[in-house]
Amino acid sequence: MIQYIIRRMLGLVPVFFGITLISFFVIHLAPGKPTDIQTSLNPKVSYEARLRLEKLYGLDKPIHIQYINWLNRFITFDFGRSYVDDRLVWKKIRERIPITLLINISSLILILGIGIPLGVISAVKRKSIMDRLTTIFVFIGFSIPEFWLSLLLMSLFGISLGILPISGIKSLDFEYFSLLGKIFDITKHLILPVSIAAFGSLAGISRYMRSSMIGIIRQDFIRTARAKGLKEAEVIYKHALKNALLPVITILGLSIPGLIGGSVIFESIFAIPGMGRLFYESVMARDYPTIMGILSIGAMLTLVGNLLADIAYSYADPRISLPAGQAGVTKET
Amino acid sequence: MKDLIKNKIAFASFVFIIVIIIFAIFAPFIAMYDPTAIDDQSLLTPPSKYHIFGTDTLGRDIFSRIVYGSRISLSIGFIAVGIAVLIGIFFGSIAGYYDGRIDSVIMRFVDIMLCFPTFFLILAVVAILEPSIFNIMVVIGATSWMGVARLVRAEVLSLKERDYVAASRVMGASDGWIILKHLIPNAIGPVLVSTTLGIGGAILVESALSFLGIGVQPPTPSWGNILMDGKSTLGVAWWLTVFPGIFILLTVLAYNLLGEGLRDILEPRLKND
Repeated sequence: MIQYIIRRMLGLVPVFFGITLISFFVIHLAPGKPTDIQTSLNPKVSYEARLRLEKLYGLDKPIHIQYINWLNRFITFDFGRSYVDDRLVWKKIRERIPITLLINISSLILILGIGIPLGVISAVKRKSIMDRLTTIFVFIGFSIPEFWLSLLLMSLFGISLGILPISGIKSLDFEYFSLLGKIFDITKHLILPVSIAAFGSLAGISRYMRSSMIGIIRQDFIRTARAKGLKEAEVIYKHALKNALLPVITILGLSIPGLIGGSVIFESIFAIPGMGRLFYESVMARDYPTIMGILSIGAMLTLVGNLLADIAYSYADPRISLPAGQAGVTKET
Repeated sequence: MKDLIKNKIAFASFVFIIVIIIFAIFAPFIAMYDPTAIDDQSLLTPPSKYHIFGTDTLGRDIFSRIVYGSRISLSIGFIAVGIAVLIGIFFGSIAGYYDGRIDSVIMRFVDIMLCFPTFFLILAVVAILEPSIFNIMVVIGATSWMGVARLVRAEVLSLKERDYVAASRVMGASDGWIILKHLIPNAIGPVLVSTTLGIGGAILVESALSFLGIGVQPPTPSWGNILMDGKSTLGVAWWLTVFPGIFILLTVLAYNLLGEGLRDILEPRLKND
C-alpha cells in the first residue's frame, strides 16, 4: 500500500510541472507587460525607468530563463513579491487558503453526505417518485448558473426574509462573541456559499452513483447474495454499495478542479476573502507572481485531492494497489 | 430523427433550442427595441405591456437585450465547442491509432489538462489577453477538449482492429486516409452526445465570465452581463435578475436533456432507466 502511494506521488510530479509550465507560458506570452500599468499610465516615467522596472522583475530575460528562475525559487516556496503591494506572495496566499479550504471541504462533505444516499435510493427504487424527483433535481443542478442561484437565494434569505447574512464571513461585532457565538456566526455566513457550491457537483455525484449502482445490482454476485438469503439491506449496503462507490471516487477526484475554480465566483459574489477572490483581484491587476502562485497552489490542492481519491480507491479495491500483473488484472491507465 | 420525435423530452428540448436559434438569427425582427438604446424616461420600470421583461438602470429593454444576447451566448457556445471537438478528435484519433509512445505522451497531456482548475486558467487568459468574444471562444474551446479526446481514442482503439480497416490497409491506404475516412466517421457517435452537453457547459462558462465582468464587454449584451447589471439592483428590480437567468437555465437544460436523449438513442445498450 505504502509502495503504491509513493508510486502515485512520483507520478504526480511531472503532472505538476506540466501545469506550471503551461500556466507560465500562457500568462507570460500574452501581449503587454505588467509594468505597462505602472508606466504607460504615468507620462513621467521615462523609457529607461521602464527598462529598469522590467529588469527588477526579471521581465527582460527570455521566457524559458524566466520559467527556470521561477522554478528555482518555487522549490523553496518563494513565489516572489506581489506587484500590487510588494508583499510576499506566499504570505498573501497563505492567509487566504484556510477559508477557501473550509468552504470546499464543507461542500465536499455535503456533496458526499447527500449525493451518495440520493443516488443509492434512486437506483434501488427505480421509477419511484423519489427517483423522478432526483432526476429532475439532477438536471436542474447541471444546468443552473450557480451565480444566478446565489443571487436569487441572497435576495430571498438575505433581503426578503433577512435571516442570513449575504456578504463576508463574520459580523462586524464578531470580536465580542463567545467562542460558540463565533462558530455560529461563521456558520451562518457560510450556509449560502457552501450549499450553493455543493449544489452543482451534488447533482453530478448522485447521477453517477445511480448509474453505477444500477450496473452493480444487475450483476451475478448480487443475485448470489440474494439467493443465499441475505437481507435486502445487507445486500445493498454491504455488497453493492462498496463496489458502486469505485467509479464515484474517481469522479469526485475529477470534480475538485471545478470546486476550486468555482470559488472565484462564490467568493466574489459573497465578498469572502479567500483564494478565489485574491485570484480575481490579481488577474485584474496583472499581478503575475500572485497569479502563478495561486495557479500552482490550486494545482497542488487538486493533485492532493486526486491522490486522496486514488488512495480511497485502492482501499476500496485492493487489487489496484498491487503492482500490475500480480493481481491477475492489469491496471488501467 | 424518428427516434428523436419518440423521445418526448429530448424532442421538446430540440424544439426549444430551435426557437432560441431563431431568436438569435432574427433578433432585429423579434426585439421591439434597440438593445443598447438608452431611455431616461423609463429607468428600472417593472414588466409592463411596453417592456414585457422591464427595463434596466439605463432604461434599456430587457427583453430586447436578452434576444440580442442570445446571439452572443449561442455563438460562443457553438464555436467554443466546435474548437474543442476539433482539438479532441485530432488528439484522440492520433493517440488511438498510433499507440505506444505517441499515445502515452498525448494522454499524459490530457491528464495534465484535466487536473487544471480550468476556470482559473480561463479567467487569467481572458483577462490578460483582454476580454473579446473571440478570445473567450478560443480559451473555452482550448480548455474543454479532453473529454472528446478520450472518447475518440477509446473508439479508435477498438475500431482499428476491425477487418475493414485491415482491408483498407492491404489495398494500400495511407494512415491519414484510414483515420480520416474510416476511423473518425465511425467514432463520431459518442462525440455528438458530448458536443451537445458541451454547448450547455460553454454557455454557462461564458455567462459566469461575463457576470464577473471579464467576459463580453458592455454595451454588447450577453446573458451573463445582463445579470451583472442585475446584481447591483438586487432587491430593487427582480426582473433584471430573474429573466436572463431563466433563459440561461432553460437553454442549458435543453442542451443537457437533448444530449441525454441522444445518448439513449445512439447507445441503447447504456440506457439506464
